[in-house]
Amino acid sequence: MKARAFDYRRVTSVAEALDAYAACMGEARYLAGGQSLLPALNLRLDAPDLLIDIGRIDALRGISIEGDFLRIGALTRHAETLSSGLIAAHAPMLNEAAAFMAHPAIRNLGTMGGSLALADPASELPACMRALGASIEITGPAGTRNVAADDYFRDLFETVIAPGELLSAVRVPLGRPGTRMRFDEIARRRGDYAMVGLAAHLALAGDLVETARLAFCAVGPTPTRAPAAEAALAGRPLGLESIAAAKAALAADLAPDADDTLSAAARMHLARVLLGRVLSALGDGPQQAEAA
Amino acid sequence: MSAVTDSPSRTRYIGQGLPRPGAKRLLAGRGRYTDDVVLPRMLHAAFLRSPYAHARLGSIETADAAAMPGVHAVLTGADFVGICAPWTGTLTHFKGMRSAPQMPLPADKVVWAGQPVVMVIAESRAEAEDALELVGIDFEELEPVVDLDAASAPDAPRIDADAADNVLFRTRIEAGDTARAFEGTWSVAVDLRFGRHTAVTMEPRSLVADYDPAEERLTVHQSTQTPYQFQDIYARHFGLSEARVRVIAPDVGGSFGMKLHLYHEDMAVVGASLLLKRPVKFTADRMEAFASDIHARDHRVRARLAFEGDGRMRAIEVDDVTGVGPFSAYPRTSAVEGNQVVRLIGAPYRLDDYRADLTVLVQNKVQMSQYRAVGHPIACAVTERLVDLAARELDLDPFEIRRRNYVTDDMYPHKTPSGYTFEKLSLAACLDRLHDVMNYPALRAEQAALREKGIHRGIGIATYVEITNPTPAFYGVGGAHISAQDGCVLKLTPSGDVACAISITEQGQGSEAIVGQIVAEGVGLDRDRVRVLTGDTETTPSGGATWACRGAGIGGETALQAARKLKERILEIAAAILQAETGSLDIRDGAVTDADGSPRVTLTEVANLAYYRSDLLPPGVSPALTVAHHFAPRGYPFAFTNGIHGSLVEVDTETGLVRILKHWVVEDCGRVINPLLVDEQIRGGVVQGLGAAFFEECRYGETGQLLNGSMTDYLVPMACEMPDIVIRHVETPTKDTELGAKGCGEAGTAASSGAALNAVNDALQPLGATVSQLPMTPERILRALGVV
Repeated sequence: MKARAFDYRRVTSVAEALDAYAACMGEARYLAGGQSLLPALNLRLDAPDLLIDIGRIDALRGISIEGDFLRIGALTRHAETLSSGLIAAHAPMLNEAAAFMAHPAIRNLGTMGGSLALADPASELPACMRALGASIEITGPAGTRNVAADDYFRDLFETVIAPGELLSAVRVPLGRPGTRMRFDEIARRRGDYAMVGLAAHLALAGDLVETARLAFCAVGPTPTRAPAAEAALAGRPLGLESIAAAKAALAADLAPDADDTLSAAARMHLARVLLGRVLSALGDGPQQAEAA
Repeated sequence: MSAVTDSPSRTRYIGQGLPRPGAKRLLAGRGRYTDDVVLPRMLHAAFLRSPYAHARLGSIETADAAAMPGVHAVLTGADFVGICAPWTGTLTHFKGMRSAPQMPLPADKVVWAGQPVVMVIAESRAEAEDALELVGIDFEELEPVVDLDAASAPDAPRIDADAADNVLFRTRIEAGDTARAFEGTWSVAVDLRFGRHTAVTMEPRSLVADYDPAEERLTVHQSTQTPYQFQDIYARHFGLSEARVRVIAPDVGGSFGMKLHLYHEDMAVVGASLLLKRPVKFTADRMEAFASDIHARDHRVRARLAFEGDGRMRAIEVDDVTGVGPFSAYPRTSAVEGNQVVRLIGAPYRLDDYRADLTVLVQNKVQMSQYRAVGHPIACAVTERLVDLAARELDLDPFEIRRRNYVTDDMYPHKTPSGYTFEKLSLAACLDRLHDVMNYPALRAEQAALREKGIHRGIGIATYVEITNPTPAFYGVGGAHISAQDGCVLKLTPSGDVACAISITEQGQGSEAIVGQIVAEGVGLDRDRVRVLTGDTETTPSGGATWACRGAGIGGETALQAARKLKERILEIAAAILQAETGSLDIRDGAVTDADGSPRVTLTEVANLAYYRSDLLPPGVSPALTVAHHFAPRGYPFAFTNGIHGSLVEVDTETGLVRILKHWVVEDCGRVINPLLVDEQIRGGVVQGLGAAFFEECRYGETGQLLNGSMTDYLVPMACEMPDIVIRHVETPTKDTELGAKGCGEAGTAASSGAALNAVNDALQPLGATVSQLPMTPERILRALGVV
């Protein structure tokens, strides 16, 4: 379990990183926290010629309010996501999700950008981005573009990021009063990839659900929205009836595959159970999930 | 009170919960494990492993790999022919057992996915792995034999072409007339499946073989629990003089039985060092550990119990089918686990009639062999599940049906229908103690109250009987070179301290700690003046080392008797100096004293005189202050222990997830030498058992691929999921030794999965659901509930 030989270069600016990538004659990879890339190298599942260490690019750090958005730098560690006050105030589902992400040693190194660039559909942050209606900021030789999370994930471990481009930040729209959100998952052990996870975001107007954004993890090749269940919630008060309707509608939204520990039927069942639990918790009141 | 000395003394250590002296060193990162051994001119080995579970080997192309930078050799099966004699994992007391002979690397076919096929030796492990990518092998795929039913099918492909079928061993135990016992009475039946799991030691397997052709000496640094066994194997199979083979086990990061089996890589590394005449290191990485460390369990047991209307148990019938991989492990075989399953079922109970069939099958999976609590968890779960089902039929409480059926205190020594003899157990005492410590009536009341609210808790108990302190009845009688005795050499050093070299070994469980306590008390000096050395065949006496729960019971007794001998020696010299009778002297707190305890001369003074001023000793008094002692158990073939576990769980009937709320153990390992270490053994064992109950399973696909060979996919139990574990002790010392200690290493694992199985089924019972397969995964529980 030793990686193949590779060159290593540490850069201190985004421009330097992009240049290094462009100059590489073979395959290059950007290295941030290394929590997925380094195991892949050691297992020889991946064998790039060059690693470009972006860990010291200050411009990729920091969590800040910019206009109508909460901007979270790509190098934000999961441990920071877990404890950030700004995130707790504006996107508390991310704090909740971070608590489910692996264990402290991994959270101390793994990054927001790394997780989203890898786009493992079983991991928590991709689903959160879709539920939050966030956009992904991508920087490349041609400049910076923002892609809606709904358009960002293309397939298993595949995103719209082109070779050489760098995920530089995410932008989460600031909530307004009446926004409720929650992340929860069902896993066999604390810190494992979930059997099924759910990021739920509701915008309420008075008693009525105006819009619902539900994004599941671990039920398909990408984080998966549930439009039928969302529609079942919209325009109705959040209560036993609408929750039952959303659970019933979920069959139209999800078609999970079986794996060797969980049948498709069991995964579908767990998704329904989780949806009911998350919506019930949101219906119990704003609690800390009420966005500022 | 101590078993050993009556004198009031601060050097009374047996029974005290002292911390392990080595723990601080390991915590400080100053451990020295096999992979830390770096020798001059050392090379590194890496293996190309078969991607197929069953395939014929065609041509192997190695030239490109051999030309890679840093590569010294690329070895295949043919390179070991003539230098290494094949090994066969059979024992003569398992009548009719057969297994295919093994060589370091295969010559014509591979029999499991992950089997090492080609070995590259290079300057570094990374260079060796680079070269492996250039090795080409032509495989011709053969139909793999994967699950138990497929292995026993009449038209199943045969793994060993020389064999008539895939049966490795078959046996029947029969006592009384079970068929008659089942006529016209109550009965219950189970069909239980137990998944494969593996040890997952923190430190993987590792060895450095260093052959010196000038002296014709082989030194092997190896992460193992049985250095003497490997010394014998390397000498015999490579045609070396045993006296010129030295095996050193430095710090070992967990073993659990996994590191006492011979692995193909071990022989390949030793063979490579012989061929290249240089030190060669191999350390298994985690993927290799999953692909080649022994697995354990994998049983399907169908059993039934006959009982009377008053709950009295009459008879048990058992059919155990187990799959052990493509061949039998060496040198202990892969038949022992099944053999212990069929001999331990029903053990705690009065039964007249018993019949058990065992079938051990080969299959194209990793070899399976002895792992902590060999056979015990299977036997315990089968028995205790049957007992709970009988209790339910008769509406008896689980405690009450056990109380009515246990072997009673007036029956000892007691012989079971399967042929084991118990010197003395404490079944009823442990049962009563568990009832108290669980606060059982309150738990049942709480369970009923919560049930009203839709919360499904379950309470389960499971009794175990454990095999410890084995005599040669285990392996020696079957022809294996595995010692059942231990040796201990004690030296009073010139400084008046004691150096102890003993043949039991240390893998983190505290063997050295308890030996130090016994020796310190036995001689009569401070614990921190005793240094214990283990794990080196050159500097310690030969013995059994550590397996099957023998360290405390046999090694401890050896240490105690050796300490007595040294004490006698010291007193003889002291008596000569003091012109006193040896009988009028004692040793307390590091000094020779009068009978009334007043100090006369320190051990340092005695040692100084013996070593430096032997001219002052009277003629005929030897100055020797080194003694050696060997001890072999001669009484009962095994010292059986017992105990009982309690488990409290809560089943989420919507998700199939189980929260393990609490676990209790009341155990009797005879004389407790160090209660802290016994508790640690029990806790670690319980966690391993709960891993088997809920998490751990080596899962295979249809083609014989291990599907979850990584720490991401193979779920070991972790702290967040583990409950508080409450432990109580009952002490029934064995009279076979002066120390009275029995083993406790398997006790935690033996019954925790059985107790959990009963607890989950207790929770599910009102819902009409039953779980009969370990691990109890969410999918299996949801299926049992009919949710999916």
